[in-house]
Amino acid sequence: MVEVLSGPTGRGSYSGALLEVENLQVEFHTRQGVAKAVNGVTYSVNPGETLAVLGESGSGKSVTAQTIMGILDMPPGRVAGGAIRFRGVDILKLPEEQRRRIRGEGISMVFQDALSALNPVFPVGWQIAEMFRIHRGSSRSDAKKKAVELMDRVRIPGARDRVNDFPHQFSGGMRQRIMIAMAIALDPEILIADEPTTALDVTVQAQIMGLLADLQRDSNMGLILITHDLGVVADVADKIAVMYGGRIVETAPVHDLYRNPAHPYTKGLLESIPRVDLKGQELYAIKGMPPNLLEMPSGCAFHPRCPYRREDCATAVPPLYPISGTRGSACHYWREVVDGSR
Amino acid sequence: MAPAESILEVRDLVKHFPLTQGIVFKRQIGAIKAVDGVSFDLRRGETLGVVGESGCGKSTLAKVMMALERPTSGSVKVNGRDITKAKGAELKHMRRNIQMVMQDPYTSLNPRMTVGDIVGEPFEIHSEVLPKGGRRKRVQELLDVVGLNPDHINRYPHQFSGGQRQRIGIARGLALQPEVIICDEPVSALDVSIQAQVMNLLDRLQKEFNLAYIFIAHDLSVVRHISDRVAVMYLGKIVELGGDSQIYDRPSHPYTQALLSAVPVPNPEGREARERIILQGDPPSPANPPSGCRFRTRCWKAQDICAKEEPLLQIRPGTDHLSACHFAEALDVVHVQS
Repeated sequence: MVEVLSGPTGRGSYSGALLEVENLQVEFHTRQGVAKAVNGVTYSVNPGETLAVLGESGSGKSVTAQTIMGILDMPPGRVAGGAIRFRGVDILKLPEEQRRRIRGEGISMVFQDALSALNPVFPVGWQIAEMFRIHRGSSRSDAKKKAVELMDRVRIPGARDRVNDFPHQFSGGMRQRIMIAMAIALDPEILIADEPTTALDVTVQAQIMGLLADLQRDSNMGLILITHDLGVVADVADKIAVMYGGRIVETAPVHDLYRNPAHPYTKGLLESIPRVDLKGQELYAIKGMPPNLLEMPSGCAFHPRCPYRREDCATAVPPLYPISGTRGSACHYWREVVDGSR
Repeated sequence: MAPAESILEVRDLVKHFPLTQGIVFKRQIGAIKAVDGVSFDLRRGETLGVVGESGCGKSTLAKVMMALERPTSGSVKVNGRDITKAKGAELKHMRRNIQMVMQDPYTSLNPRMTVGDIVGEPFEIHSEVLPKGGRRKRVQELLDVVGLNPDHINRYPHQFSGGQRQRIGIARGLALQPEVIICDEPVSALDVSIQAQVMNLLDRLQKEFNLAYIFIAHDLSVVRHISDRVAVMYLGKIVELGGDSQIYDRPSHPYTQALLSAVPVPNPEGREARERIILQGDPPSPANPPSGCRFRTRCWKAQDICAKEEPLLQIRPGTDHLSACHFAEALDVVHVQS
């Protein structure tokens, strides 16, 4: 366990998946009751691989990420079960002191809203350099030098002149670059990007996604991309986990999922994308609305909105049925979904 | 498409916001040129999509058309009468004809008012439209039209989901039976599975009431689905204007081409081979736009003439629609058929 935490020297000594989330359950205790935000999530990421976690607001995708990072507010949050193994070690069982060392060096995260994630009263260079001062004990001048190098690496023009600027002096795209610089400062093995481009314009989004891809290729990081955008996922993901109501409803390699979805929810999402050849016609829309976490439907959480539902969907919770070695679908009737009969 | 009668005529619309310095003695040191010479027509029953990045002036344009801001110059004619010059009772009367649906259904509904009060408020303001007695019934009809349960008239906004709240906003926009509705990013705050529902509703209402929409959005596939014509804005100007397939299949302005190629295609097939035009840098500040063509600082085609001479929005040889580029040529940038 010590070598896991000893930084770069320990790398490569473990043969399983780099990060494995297994049957994770997270709940929030509120006055109205217990909200099961994450209800049995399992996924894994390997070096150099991009896993896209796709889901709507309230599906539990961000809570899972925050639990992996160990930044979930507890209480009201509580991990009710499951394991998160980083290089084979269950980090949920580690003391806070050791988790802190994994944060930043092993696993780090880019947040959606860079303006509220950055501290407005410190220069950006100082905030990037903080990573080196605190984790590596670097001197102020060394740390600042490294901050400039990082700002160059994320292609901020004139990094040397801008290192003392404050977050509000940067545009949205540049701020997101600064967030990325902080996240990759200590060469993490896993980078979690939680909706990194949702707040940005499309042309800037293309720049940022290109930057993330380049950084990933250079350092062979595992990337967990959390998003609701089916276009971004199709562009960069190797494999996809689709979440709905706190569960993973489908996992598949990216091409399989778009070619032939195996869960009615995924299929509905793909069909509701406006298509050129269907212009003027009514869009396919999934009926109803996402479930309330406090009053989850019985059985399959998607059954009230599902065109494939039968009686047992309301009573029996579907497990993630294996379809092939790399695919799974949490639908009792996945065969019908794949065959396309409705 | 047969050219129907224009319901909205926007001519040379300019809106500059002054930049001032000093506290006691304010003096103007410049201006944010949010909208800088925009002209277009909107026909009855038609949807005009307006796309562009944040800061290009889309929302200011909407506000000026709604007469929520006075333009610096130019005119907005609704059924032949200029709303920017109208005052008092005349303005109030004209406002009945042009309504708006806002982006954020969480902040655009007053949390202390019931749904009935929110949707019925237009009748309080324009009390001549409907006598008091019939209002409650009319509000319930409106709720029914937008797909909400009429019995929920006494509920408050927080009891509804995002998609339902947007329906409340749409019902409010419909209340005075306007001919034009300006939709400012009506689906961008909604979950993906709900967006399609609201788009379908807008589509159905348009056919039912022969509405004309100005549909402002940054999601290009959504705009294509709903629009008959599309205007592309960059730094306060329309750089390209044409029918939806003219803009999407044969874009002729480099900015439109870059914008379209930057949109991620929801289909992983052939993604390695896809060519991307990735623009460098950010849009310049609208306080100090570049001389000549405003896009030239990020354009790969820029030459000397682009800095000297501002390209007019016109049809150039080899293209079939309006484009503001000296070197406009049609180019299909999104080869993948989705």
